[in-house]
Amino acid sequence: MHVPDGFINAPVSAAAGVVAAGAVAVSLRGARRELDERTAPLAGLVAAFIFAVQMLNFPVAAGTSGHLLGGALAAILVGPYTGVLCVSVVLLMQGILFADGGLTALGVNITVMAVVTTVVAYAVFRGLVKVLPKKRPSITVSAFAAAVLSVPAAAAAFTLVYAVGGTTDVPIGQVLTAMVGVHVLIGIGEATITALTVGAVIAVRPDLVYGARGLTAPLKLRVNGELVDAPAAEPEPAPVAARSPRKLLLAGLATSLVLAGFVSFYASASPDGLEKVAADKGIDAKAEDHATADSPLADYGVEGVTNARLSGGLAGVIGVGVTVVAGTGVFWAVRKRRTNETSPASTSDIPENV
Amino acid sequence: MGTVTDVTDVTAPSLEVAGLAFAYPDGHQALFGVDFTLARGERVALLGPNGAGKTTLVLHLNGILTAGAGTVKVAGLPVGRQHMAEIRRRVGIVFQDPDDQLFMPTVREDVAFGPAAAGLKGAELEARVDRALERVGMAEFKARPPHHLSFGQRRRVAVATVLAMEPEILVLDEPSSNLDPASRRELADILRSLDVTVLMVTHDLPYALELCPRSLILSEGVIAADGRTGELLADDELMRAHRLELPFGFDPRSVTMGA
Amino acid sequence: MGAGHTHKLYRHGHSPVHALPPHTKLTAVFAFVVVVVSTPREAVWAFALYAALLGTVAYAARVPASFLLKRLLIEVPFVAFAVLMPFVAQGERVDVLGMSLSVNGLWGAWNVLAKGTLGVAASVLLAATTELRELLLGLQRLGLPPLLVQIASFMIRYGDVITDEMRRMRIARESRGFEARGVRHWGVLAKSAGALFIRSYERGERVHLAMISRGYAGSMPVIDEVTASRAQWSYALTLPCAALVVCLLGWAL
Repeated sequence: MHVPDGFINAPVSAAAGVVAAGAVAVSLRGARRELDERTAPLAGLVAAFIFAVQMLNFPVAAGTSGHLLGGALAAILVGPYTGVLCVSVVLLMQGILFADGGLTALGVNITVMAVVTTVVAYAVFRGLVKVLPKKRPSITVSAFAAAVLSVPAAAAAFTLVYAVGGTTDVPIGQVLTAMVGVHVLIGIGEATITALTVGAVIAVRPDLVYGARGLTAPLKLRVNGELVDAPAAEPEPAPVAARSPRKLLLAGLATSLVLAGFVSFYASASPDGLEKVAADKGIDAKAEDHATADSPLADYGVEGVTNARLSGGLAGVIGVGVTVVAGTGVFWAVRKRRTNETSPASTSDIPENV
Repeated sequence: MGTVTDVTDVTAPSLEVAGLAFAYPDGHQALFGVDFTLARGERVALLGPNGAGKTTLVLHLNGILTAGAGTVKVAGLPVGRQHMAEIRRRVGIVFQDPDDQLFMPTVREDVAFGPAAAGLKGAELEARVDRALERVGMAEFKARPPHHLSFGQRRRVAVATVLAMEPEILVLDEPSSNLDPASRRELADILRSLDVTVLMVTHDLPYALELCPRSLILSEGVIAADGRTGELLADDELMRAHRLELPFGFDPRSVTMGA
Repeated sequence: MGAGHTHKLYRHGHSPVHALPPHTKLTAVFAFVVVVVSTPREAVWAFALYAALLGTVAYAARVPASFLLKRLLIEVPFVAFAVLMPFVAQGERVDVLGMSLSVNGLWGAWNVLAKGTLGVAASVLLAATTELRELLLGLQRLGLPPLLVQIASFMIRYGDVITDEMRRMRIARESRGFEARGVRHWGVLAKSAGALFIRSYERGERVHLAMISRGYAGSMPVIDEVTASRAQWSYALTLPCAALVVCLLGWAL
């Protein structure tokens, strides 16, 4: 399932560990701000949910089936901070309890699967929700788009990490193409399930969809028969959605740039892509893997090393682009839109006057 | 705790609720002025149909919800932000689903959670845990994880988690739900053996009659009746008016109350 | 998911390895894996020595070889990948049985297989000899933020509860004649997933109420503290130290 030991060299694994630790630290603070002392039970239960739902099989065809990765779903349902925490804890426990994913690769796994997936998904989702009309179908569309982008973004991020610290030389350009290509397919499956699940939640408890809080009506309170504005009696989570993703996005941008820097220097290495696809995420969509496994690999002829270096560098640039520019662009649009609105239906409207 | 003990009045009733009204943020008003008093050591049942506001009332007793109007006093101490820790130590709530209540990895740690949060440590903490588990007859399950226990055992451990805090008043939300008859009887024996004030929220009327000499009927957000359990249950008109039904074949008049 | 106390990989026992404090074992395993990953792949004999070291630990922990080997299966997807490496990697090539293979790729495959397998084996040994609760205490002791430990602890406590709810929902679906056969049934499954999320979240809220009812104010009271003696530390660290010697030899030779 996850990246094992020995796949990424030690220095890069350590660097990814630092990035992951930083992201988790930021998320811990962010989640605490949103959920205060409810963080532990709520995030714990959501982590248990992610863990359980990864075991829910979605049949594809002819005996194959896939399952949810859950990063995008977590981001949309509980927000980026709690989402990162939940997925990270799931990965940590899988590594320690089930030997699933190497201990030295934990940093890589968390960075790629918890941080990149969640942040990209949330940025895209939140951006689209702001831009699209405020209706339920928009949520579904946004959830789909968020999930469909988050999976190849994670694939691109992994390719980047591999380009920098992979232990075997494989042409990185093709790897990136193959990785992203295959993961777009996986992403479509993930996106369908995510969108349907978010739709199911929003139909019953719209208030629980973190990313769509702006869509709920303001609350009223009846005191002795008269309607007054609601003072939130129960502790409402402090809404920080408006600021939160930007911070995370900046962190992600910085990380990506650092990695990109490495790439331009070292862009020599890397194999895997595809099979990594098959091996790592591929479990989720065996059918797709096998369909695509041969064709791009066939092109992996004996290309000149210089050529590979070049394509490696290009891959780095493209990877950063995919991961970050999309998100930032959407965000820029959102912010622009927000400033034009006198009363943005953001979460900050939810009364917090306890 | 030292600063609040002077507020405690040993002669004050365990629980005093006056004029309590509350509406949820979604506009749904659940309580419309609830008044009642529980004397020290009393065992009282709070009866009412689904949706009468029973759970909402319970959540006011330890300040999880704060009243829109009215007051709640526990042994003379008003429920409010400044004494929250002390209030939560004094009011022990046993929730309906023991899986919600038992959130720690082992029985021992779960029972220790409350007293440890109040600052107890070491041997004193251990003794408190042992005592609470003995009172519910679960001492030998100390090292087990909660989800390896049967439902009845889990409910008993849930009672122990609250007893470990040595509360002034024990509040049980539907204590008999999902219990088989033997577990039901065991729990009743345990509850009878405790010398704390007990407020039992239930719609299990025979259980209320068995354990509680006095009952309150909460209906449409107010206390609609307050009296001896046997008399209330025998009042057909009252029962019908508040959607309370006795199980088939059960006649409260034929039961002689031990409690 | 493993249960709260024990889990699938855990093997009950009373060996000296079982008895070691969890944080010493976590440190030892992590250090061992780091050393293994840092070993040059050309030092084939070093990996054999590492395997022998792990074998010794398994013997001391009374973990049977069959148990260990079976758990290594989790690695299979990567074996598939490793097999492909010699075909796709670049650089100098060599003919084996009529196939043109990349030397670099062969080394890469060996590298991933050897290090990955040793990593998995070390983790399996850790998991086989350490109870879940202890692992969490060990992680806390090693400085994992308490909030993260709490989240992990809740995840483990409720993992079974929620998996069980999911199973009951499946039974309920099947009892009404529904069986998911293809993509067109995803809607129903997703509805189950959505319902599962709502249940999980609401349970989280109820757990929180139960916690604050017992005086929780944001931090978990410390009930258990794990400690290790100098002797236990040195016993646990024998493994990574021995591995380090091998690793240094590997670089030197």
